[in-house]
Amino acid sequence: MSDGNMNLKLKVWRQKNTKDAGQMVDYSLEGVSPDMSFLEMMDMLNEKLVNEGQDSIAFDHDCREGICGMCSMMINGQAHGPKDLTTTCQLHMRSFKDGDTVVVEPWRARAFPVMKDLMVDRSAFDQIIAAGGFVNVNTGNAPDGNAIPISKENADLAMDAAACIGCAACVASCKNASAMLFVSAKISQLALLPQGEVEGEERVRSMVSKMDELGFGNCTNEAECEASCPKGISISNIARMNRQYFTSAIKAK
Amino acid sequence: MTIKKLDGKIPDGPVDQKWNQHRFNMKLINPSNKRKFKVIVVGTGLAGASAAATLAELGYQVDAFCISDSPRRAHSIAAQGGINAAKNYPNDGDSVWRLFYDTVKGGDFRAREANVYRLAQVSNSIIDQCVAQGVPFAREYGGTLSNRSFGGAQVSRTFYARGQTGQQLLLGAYSAMMKEVHKNRIKVFTRREMVELVVIDGKARGIIARNIITGELEKHSADAVLLCTGGYGNVFFLSTNAMASNSSAAWKAYKKGAYFGNPCFTQIHPTCIPVHGENQSKLTLMSESLRNDGRVWVPKAQGDKRPPNEIPDDERDYYLERVYPSFGNLAPRDVSSRQAKYAVDQGRGVGKSGYAVYLDFRDAIKRDGQKAIADRYGNLFDMYQQITAENPYEVPMRIYPAVHYTMGGLWVDYNLMSSVPGLFVLGEANFSDHGANRLGASALMQGLADGYFVIPYTLGNYFATEKPEKTPVTTEHPEFEQALKSSASRFEQLFAVNGKRSVDSFHKELGHIMWEYVGMARDEEGLKKAIGLIQNLRKEFWKDVRVTGSDVGVNLELEKANRVADFIELGELMARDALERKESCGGHFRVESQTEDNEALRDDENFCHVAAWEFQSVDTAPLRHIEELKFENVHLSQRSYK
Ligand SMILES: Cc1cc2nc3c(=O)[nH]c(=O)nc-3n(C[C@H](O)[C@H](O)[C@H](O)COP(=O)(O)OP(=O)(O)OC[C@H]3O[C@@H](n4cnc5c(N)ncnc54)[C@H](O)[C@@H]3O)c2cc1C
Ligand code: FES
Repeated sequence: MSDGNMNLKLKVWRQKNTKDAGQMVDYSLEGVSPDMSFLEMMDMLNEKLVNEGQDSIAFDHDCREGICGMCSMMINGQAHGPKDLTTTCQLHMRSFKDGDTVVVEPWRARAFPVMKDLMVDRSAFDQIIAAGGFVNVNTGNAPDGNAIPISKENADLAMDAAACIGCAACVASCKNASAMLFVSAKISQLALLPQGEVEGEERVRSMVSKMDELGFGNCTNEAECEASCPKGISISNIARMNRQYFTSAIKAK
Repeated sequence: MTIKKLDGKIPDGPVDQKWNQHRFNMKLINPSNKRKFKVIVVGTGLAGASAAATLAELGYQVDAFCISDSPRRAHSIAAQGGINAAKNYPNDGDSVWRLFYDTVKGGDFRAREANVYRLAQVSNSIIDQCVAQGVPFAREYGGTLSNRSFGGAQVSRTFYARGQTGQQLLLGAYSAMMKEVHKNRIKVFTRREMVELVVIDGKARGIIARNIITGELEKHSADAVLLCTGGYGNVFFLSTNAMASNSSAAWKAYKKGAYFGNPCFTQIHPTCIPVHGENQSKLTLMSESLRNDGRVWVPKAQGDKRPPNEIPDDERDYYLERVYPSFGNLAPRDVSSRQAKYAVDQGRGVGKSGYAVYLDFRDAIKRDGQKAIADRYGNLFDMYQQITAENPYEVPMRIYPAVHYTMGGLWVDYNLMSSVPGLFVLGEANFSDHGANRLGASALMQGLADGYFVIPYTLGNYFATEKPEKTPVTTEHPEFEQALKSSASRFEQLFAVNGKRSVDSFHKELGHIMWEYVGMARDEEGLKKAIGLIQNLRKEFWKDVRVTGSDVGVNLELEKANRVADFIELGELMARDALERKESCGGHFRVESQTEDNEALRDDENFCHVAAWEFQSVDTAPLRHIEELKFENVHLSQRSYK
C-alpha cells in the first residue's frame, strides 16, 4: 500500500440470471486509490477477474456523472452508499478506509427482478410513464413558448420535481417497495405547469392504478425514499399527488 | 481509383427559401397509408426519441431500439449548458440569419450553408414544442423564458433548465415517445444493440440486434432504418461521453456502403476535470461558463511544484490573456485547448500528473465576494470538490482538455439520407451541420431539429418516391439469414481468440495513440505513425484479446469487445482523414498549416469540401470522395481571436 491506497474486502451479490438463486461472493482488492469512483473500483475488480479468467460482475452504469439514473447499487445496505445526495457513480473511494469490508447488492423489489448480478429490470417505471406521464401534444401543434406565462416559482418547483433521474433508489430503500416518490415527482412536475394541468386528473388516476397493478407497495410515510434520493426529491410531492388523486377520484364517481 | 463528387441534394433557390420550397415539392403519403410503413429507429437519445415520437404521431409503425434499460436514459441526458434558438426574446439583435451566420462561421466553413440555415429556421419551433411537452425551462419573474449567452456568443439565445438541459429535453422527448407507446404505435426494444445493417436490393431493410440480456441475435425488418446512435468520442477511451456511447452501429453501416463524412473532426473541450490515474474510466466536463470569471494560468518556470497559492503573481503565466489580449480566458474551445497542451508539453503543467492547468477564481472572489461566485457557480464548485476533494474557493481548480463531441459522422444528403438508400442518420451520428467545430448549445438543437422537424418530411418523400411497400420483405429473406450468420460468427470469433489481454487494455492503448497523434495537434509524421500503430493493435487484438464468460446471458466483456474492435478500425480511418486533410480548420489542427501567430490556417483552395470515405475491406485503404462546399451567403474569412 502506498500513496494512501487501500486494501478492501468486498462481498458482492452474484446471480447468473433471473432464475438463479444467487449468493454473496467474497473478493479482495488491493491498491484502491481514494480518488477513484466506486464504479472505477468495480472496474478494477472486473479487470482482475478477467485476468484470472473469471466472468466479470454485471452492473448498470452509463453517464458516470449522476444524471442518467442507470447506476444502482446497495452499498453496505444503503441505496447508492453512504453519502447523501450522491449516486453510486459519484461516490468516491475516499468515503471508505483501508481494511473496510464493503457489501454490494442489487436493488431488491418485487417489481424489479434481478437480471444478472447487480443488474435489475426497472422497465416497470417505463410502463408507469406510458400510462400517463406525458402531455398529449403532437409535434407541430405548439403555441409560442412565451404564449403562456408561468410563474418563476411554479417553474422552479416543477424543475425540482423533474430532476428525478428514475434510478429507483426510492423503491429499493422503501420497506414496502413503494414507487410513490417516483410517480409523484412526474405527476407534480406536470401538475405545476399549465401545459400538464389540463390532463392532470386523468393522469393521476391512470399512473397510480398502473403502479398498483405492477406490484409496488403502499406508502406508509417512512420517508426512507426521500432520505435515499440522490437528487433530493421531496416527499411533499407525494402529498401533492395524494391531494390530486382524491379530488380526481371523487369527481370520477 | 475514381473520386466521386457527391451530390448533397441541396434544393435550388435562395438559402432562406430552400426548406419551405422543398417541403412543398416533396411528395406526401396519404394519412391512412402511413400505417403500412414500418420504420426502425436505432437509438433513443434526443435525435432518436424525437424522431420516433413524431413519426408515430404521423401514423407510421415505429420500432425503437436502445442499449440502456429505458429510453429515458441516453448520453444526451448529460448535456448541461443549454439549447440555442433564434427567438430573440431578449431583443438583443438575434435572428435566424444571425444564428445561421454564427454557426457557419463557428464551423469554420466546413458545413453546408443550406443545412445550417434550415437548422436555424426550425430552432424556434423546438423551444415551443418542448414548452408544450412540459419541459421546465428556466423563467424570469414575469413568467417568460430565460435566456443566457453561452460559448462566446454575442447574443443571449441559449435556453436552459438549470444545469440539466439535456436531461429535461430528453425526458420531454421520452414522454412524447411513451405517449405513442401507450397508443401501441411504438414498440420499444430496450437493452438491444444493433450489430448489423441488412441491405436488400441496395436498400436498407432492417437490422440484426443483439439482446443484451439473453445474448440472442434477432432479425428486424422495416421499410427504412434511422440511425440515431450518437457520436464516437469514446474512440479515445477517455472522453466526456457516456460509457455506452459507441460507433458500432455507424461502423456496420459504413461497411455496408454508407460513406463516413469527415471522421477526423473531433471537438476537444478545454474545461474538464483532469485524469487522476490509470483507472480513470471517463472524464467529467465542467461548464464553460466558468471561464467568464476564472483565470487560466501555469507557472512561468518548468517543473515548479510549489502549491499554487505560494506562487507569486509575477511567476505566473496567464497565457490566454497574454496571447489573446482581446478574448483572454474566453478564447474559443479549440484555441484554449491547444494552448493548455502547449503549456503541458513545455513541462509547465500542474498537479500530481502534470497534465493540468489552473483555473483560478482568487481574483473574482476578491472582486465580487465569495457569495457572488457561489451564486454563479455553486453547483459546479460542489461537483468539482466531490470529485477531487479540493475546495476551489481556496485553491485554483485544475482543468485539462478532453474529447467531447464528434462533428464527423455518416455522410448524409440534405434529406438526412446516407449513401445507402433507406438508411437515414440523425443527431450526432451524422456529419452534417457543425462543420469542423460545433458551437456550444447547438448539438441539442440539431438532434431535435432532425427528429422533430426534418425527418418527418424527408422520410415521407422517400416512401412516396421509392415505394418500398411494393417490394415487401420479411425476416425470412436470405439476406437476413446471411447477416445473422455473419454477426454470430463475429461473436464466436471474439470468444475464440481466447488470448491474454483484457478488452479495456486494448481500448486504453488505442486511446493513448489517438490522444497522442490524432488529438489536439496533428502532423504528417505522427499521423502516419498512428496508422501503423493502430493496424498493429488491430492484429494484436484479434490474436490476444480475452473475453471471459459465455455468449448466453449478460456479458459486458463481450459487448465491450465488439465495440472496441470497431473503435480500432474507426481510429485508423480518423487518422487517414486527418492525414489527407492537409489544412487546419476548426477542431482539426495540422501543425504544418498555421499562421505566423500559430493559429489554424484553412486552405480553401484545396479543402473547401467534405471528405466522405467509402469502405473497401479491412486491409484495403478506403476511397476518399468529396462533396464540394459553396459559400454564397457567408463569405469565407479567416477566424481571428487576437
Ligand atoms: C458532458 C456533455 C455535455 C454536453 N452539453 C451540451 C450542451 O449543453 N448543449 C448542447 O447542445 N450539446 C451538449 N452536448 C452534446 C450533446 O449532448 C450530444 O451531442 C447529443 O445529446 C447527442 O444526441 P444524439 O441523440 O445524437 O445521441 P445520444 O444521446 O448519444 O444517443 C444515442 C442513442 O443510441 C443508442 N445506441 C448507440 N449505439 C447503439 C446500437 N448499436 N444499437 C442500439 N442502440 C444504440 C444509445 O443507447 C442511445 O439511446 C454535451 C455533451 C456532453 C458529453
Ligand atoms: S451512471 Fe448515470 S447516474 Fe450513475
